[in-house]
Amino acid sequence: MTRTIPLSLAINGKPHTLDVEPRVTLLDALREHLSLTGTKKGCDQGQCGACTCHVDGERVLSCLTLAAQVEGRQVTTIEGIAGEDGTLHAVQKAFIEQDAFQCGYCTPGQIMSAVACIREGHAGSDAEIREYMSGNLCRCGAYNSIVAAVREAAAAVSVNEKVEAA
Amino acid sequence: MRDFSYLRAASVDAARAGAIQPGAMLLAGGTTLLDLAKCGVATPDTVIDVTHLSGLSAIEVDADGARIGALAKMAAVADDPAIIAAFPAISQSLTLAASQQLRNMATIGGNLMQRTRCPYFRDPGTFSACNKRAPGSGCSAIGGVTRNHAVLGVSDACIATYHGDLAVALVAFDAVVEIGERSVAIDDFFLVPGDTPERETLIEAGEMITGIRVPASAGAGNSVYLKVRDRQSYEFAAASAAVSLELEDDGRTVRDIRVALGGVATKPWRARAVEQALIGKAIDAETVKAASLLAVEGAVSNGGNQYKIALAPRVVARAISDLASKTARTSGGQA
Ligand SMILES: Cc1cc2nc3c(=O)[nH]c(=O)nc-3n(C[C@H](O)[C@H](O)[C@H](O)COP(=O)(O)OP(=O)(O)OC[C@H]3O[C@@H](n4cnc5c(N)ncnc54)[C@H](O)[C@@H]3O)c2cc1C
Ligand code: SF4
Ligand code: FES
Ligand code: FES
Repeated sequence: MTRTIPLSLAINGKPHTLDVEPRVTLLDALREHLSLTGTKKGCDQGQCGACTCHVDGERVLSCLTLAAQVEGRQVTTIEGIAGEDGTLHAVQKAFIEQDAFQCGYCTPGQIMSAVACIREGHAGSDAEIREYMSGNLCRCGAYNSIVAAVREAAAAVSVNEKVEAA
Repeated sequence: MRDFSYLRAASVDAARAGAIQPGAMLLAGGTTLLDLAKCGVATPDTVIDVTHLSGLSAIEVDADGARIGALAKMAAVADDPAIIAAFPAISQSLTLAASQQLRNMATIGGNLMQRTRCPYFRDPGTFSACNKRAPGSGCSAIGGVTRNHAVLGVSDACIATYHGDLAVALVAFDAVVEIGERSVAIDDFFLVPGDTPERETLIEAGEMITGIRVPASAGAGNSVYLKVRDRQSYEFAAASAAVSLELEDDGRTVRDIRVALGGVATKPWRARAVEQALIGKAIDAETVKAASLLAVEGAVSNGGNQYKIALAPRVVARAISDLASKTARTSGGQA
């Protein structure tokens, strides 16, 4: 029994149409149907954070979201956060600067989570960063460098905002 | 995950009409339902997505208390300034639950309906016996690994813990669950397993939680949710306590106290014996310690969860003492 449903999704500002079974998650739609493989599958059960994306600007787990549920919403993936010209996002720069990964598998999820964490205003101290980044596990244990990268990016973002506001 | 049909509800009535069909299930944040569908525990034929319904996510707080729409997200309620001021324990119970990603997805209605994390329940491929999943099949947990199983409200049929945090705070505050036209006191909403562990709440097929009402109470603004667990964050409670406290003007005598426990019982557990033992008494370490032991009256251990019987009273005692010393300081009473 294979019944597919037609969906139109807005991903990284671009419209995409696809035909998928209703059970297809946003994660599988991105990776298997749209060749956007930057978003990673770790546990596929909501426990590791590797699949973190933004829906309408908020971080969510794409493995526990049906593709059908995000019709009409704006989806942002790791492929969509650098500038059009390839300029890296402040969080991406900070991860490189702080060497905040080893194997890199958790990194797209960490970066998507960190971008939102800073935007939410939950990156005010190391303790707050640890608490609000706790949904992203890193089996390589790069946690200290990840906290340092989020701290550095949060500072850079607030400087940018002050410059823009001036 | 077995395939299913997907319907997007256009109204609450349409959602209810859909949900009454055999094999149909409401889909809110999906963080319980899709997880259990992947485990092979939930096998819906149809999921009815309610997340596109409007008008069910308001959070309103006034002198009478709070009303929270069933589709309000955990994160939104946790960060709501009026909730933080009027019911700190509610905000804390949510902030200390799951992760920010999950809190951005999960709804308050779905949160109440979350299922146990009993590993035997979650693994039908390996463990066929589970009275909650398959009534009459037995219980794989009894005699198995029980570190995270309940010690209160258990039966011979099931010892699964209710792991949710929010409901513990709501039980302390005597919240009311709105199920369309009918309203149910939250303590009655959740059922102990008894002989029918498959039945966990008073919700009937075709019903939908539409909101939660939390009545104002004297101590609510002076409340705390204390969660003790195996790791510092992103973990279910080994034991938790929601406590609200109102002291007399002397700053030490208990006028009103509410105590509820999480992580140790088959449903969010109101500890009225602890409350009764403290009302009218002056708070001191010994009185609090003695009263807190009443929290686990009637507790039954099944091996690995024995530690919860020692832990839960300590969590209760710490929550009460922390609140009392804070109250004494802010009221200018004897500190
Ligand atoms: C990794 C992980 C860690 C977690 N940690 C915690 C934790 O520490 N503390 C904690 O409290 N919780 C925790 N949770 C559980 C989480 O809080 C719940 O999964 C979530 O609140 C469920 O809400 P939802 O909207 O996603 O529900 P859904 O998954 O959409 O629905 C859950 C159930 O409720 C039904 N339902 C949904 N909405 C309604 C309604 N309005 N009326 C009637 N029925 C309805 C559905 O049919 C389904 O059966 C964790 C979950 C995960 C995956
Ligand atoms: S404790 Fe309850 S949920 Fe767990 S295996 Fe036994 S019957 Fe099933
Ligand atoms: S893959 Fe989604 S949380 Fe692990
Ligand atoms: S860098 Fe390897 S899992 Fe995080």
